[in-house]
Amino acid sequence: MGFKNLPMTTVKPVGNKEALFSSELRAEIDRWISKYPEGWQQSAVMAALDLVQADNGGHLTTELMDKVAAYLDMAPIAVYEVASFYSMYERKPVGKHKICVCTNVSCMVNGSDRIVEYLEKKLGVKLGQTSQDGQYTLKEVECLGACGGAPMFQIGHKYYENLSPELIDSILDGLE
Amino acid sequence: MVNEVCFRNMDLDRSWLLEQYRSRGGYDVLARILQERTPPGEIVDIVKASGLRGRGGAGFPTGLKWSFISHNAPGQKYVVCNSDEGEPGTFKDRDILRYNPHQLIEGMVIAGYAIGATVGYNYIRGEFWEPYERFEEALAEARSAGFLGKDILGSGFDFELHSHLGAGAYICGEETALLESIEGKKGQPRYKPPFPAHFGLYGCPTIINNTESLASIPVILEKGAEWFKNLGVENSGGAKLFSISGNINNPGVFEIPMGTPFSTLLEMAGGMKNGRKIKAVIPGGSSAPVIPGEQMMELTMDYDAIAKAGSMLGSGAVIVLDDSNCMVKVLERMSYFYHEESCGQCTPCREGTGWLYRVVNRIESGRGRPEDLALLDDMTTKIAGRTICALGDAAAMPVQGMLRHFRSEFEYHIEHKRCLVG
Repeated sequence: MGFKNLPMTTVKPVGNKEALFSSELRAEIDRWISKYPEGWQQSAVMAALDLVQADNGGHLTTELMDKVAAYLDMAPIAVYEVASFYSMYERKPVGKHKICVCTNVSCMVNGSDRIVEYLEKKLGVKLGQTSQDGQYTLKEVECLGACGGAPMFQIGHKYYENLSPELIDSILDGLE
Repeated sequence: MVNEVCFRNMDLDRSWLLEQYRSRGGYDVLARILQERTPPGEIVDIVKASGLRGRGGAGFPTGLKWSFISHNAPGQKYVVCNSDEGEPGTFKDRDILRYNPHQLIEGMVIAGYAIGATVGYNYIRGEFWEPYERFEEALAEARSAGFLGKDILGSGFDFELHSHLGAGAYICGEETALLESIEGKKGQPRYKPPFPAHFGLYGCPTIINNTESLASIPVILEKGAEWFKNLGVENSGGAKLFSISGNINNPGVFEIPMGTPFSTLLEMAGGMKNGRKIKAVIPGGSSAPVIPGEQMMELTMDYDAIAKAGSMLGSGAVIVLDDSNCMVKVLERMSYFYHEESCGQCTPCREGTGWLYRVVNRIESGRGRPEDLALLDDMTTKIAGRTICALGDAAAMPVQGMLRHFRSEFEYHIEHKRCLVG
């Protein structure tokens, strides 16, 4: 059977890729590209979006997604598909600290409702909103695979487990 | 007997370091295989004989999966590890990545040797940043010690291994969605056949196994197929990691022999919190149908025992619920999850998961109708088995399990517009 599996690279590569991102960012993206076979630079799209998003203060813009597309020789639509499919990409501005609270079953039966309520009150926002000072975004997420430490949330790259109101106070006080 | 396979070094200080792994015989099996030039077919036969079944949830025999790839077939082949741990209730692979990453690396190199692959990828869910960093450090250590890369230990065998980070999508735990994701696409499952063994990553023959399955390999080859098989029971070879959480005193990951009584596992996990009564157990991740607590207390933790009770062992994720829980609320949360995570490719799942959630939600919020339970029964049969991947089944099974065992609680909710509990 003649199955074919080709990258979605149907676009003409752009010439001046150096102009798209800073040299640091390019070095990081290139490190990811080097993991994949020749011609499969689109495999680095997830990592590239993550890097570009972090560099832009936590969210992606259409312009940035277009740049990622140009850098990886992808059609912009293929990058938008990826950016809109995965939950860790943000296409609207978020606060400096994104608090991702798990409310799935193991967390729920260990009081994640109370954790959400406490955070909503403390930060003056509802789930899905960003505080007026731009410091915090409160986001409900699905199981983060740390059910042994329920209830839990993630801020940045770090997991915080066995949460209580007191612990939340000290965690938020400790954020830069 | 606990902690004999994936957790064999858990008692060591900073167990994730190469020197610590080496102190327990780590990489000795790989070195022996490469030195003796063990025929690859022999390795596949040992894995087959060990009774190891896929630890990610499907329970497919690992050795059989490997045997679908011909070692001598020309062209590039790949070994892919599924560390996209996302089944609600499961948190064991995170511990392998954090505390025993070298055993996974050794398992993947051996898998590469067995099927004739020179490149591997470990797909780690994007939220697992700390485990990813730990795994990356281990890769660097393994490379500089000559266990990875070109001409491993002077044997002429090459194997390069890379991490790939996900970005938040339960569906990427489905093996073909995961392959799509590595290829830089949205993670939508592929039609099977062709199976990954023939048409996998980048269209090349690929084996894809769960983290725990691959990390079990070095110990199986060190101690033998019989030893591993005899740890467990008939049809469920070996020991397994169980993630146990919920209303219990000491939640965590425990490596115990297959066939261990559930009551023993519960005891290891400190028993029920606040002295409450056990009401129900979800024995294999949230996709597994619920089992009433009393019945569960009589069961053993192995594939056949749990299947006979009408559920599945899945990934070994055990969620224990006490009698303070409203089962309608628990099901509402689970149904929301599947609705949220459906990839949208197949209509029965995309639309059906939303329907399931909305109907359970209206029962939970006191707007249920007398005909709703029959409607739910009917809907589950129109989703399960009618989709490309198993997410549709996974959404239907918890609903079926809840209605089978706790139907009266749902009826009470509909009739009285409130909980039977609390």
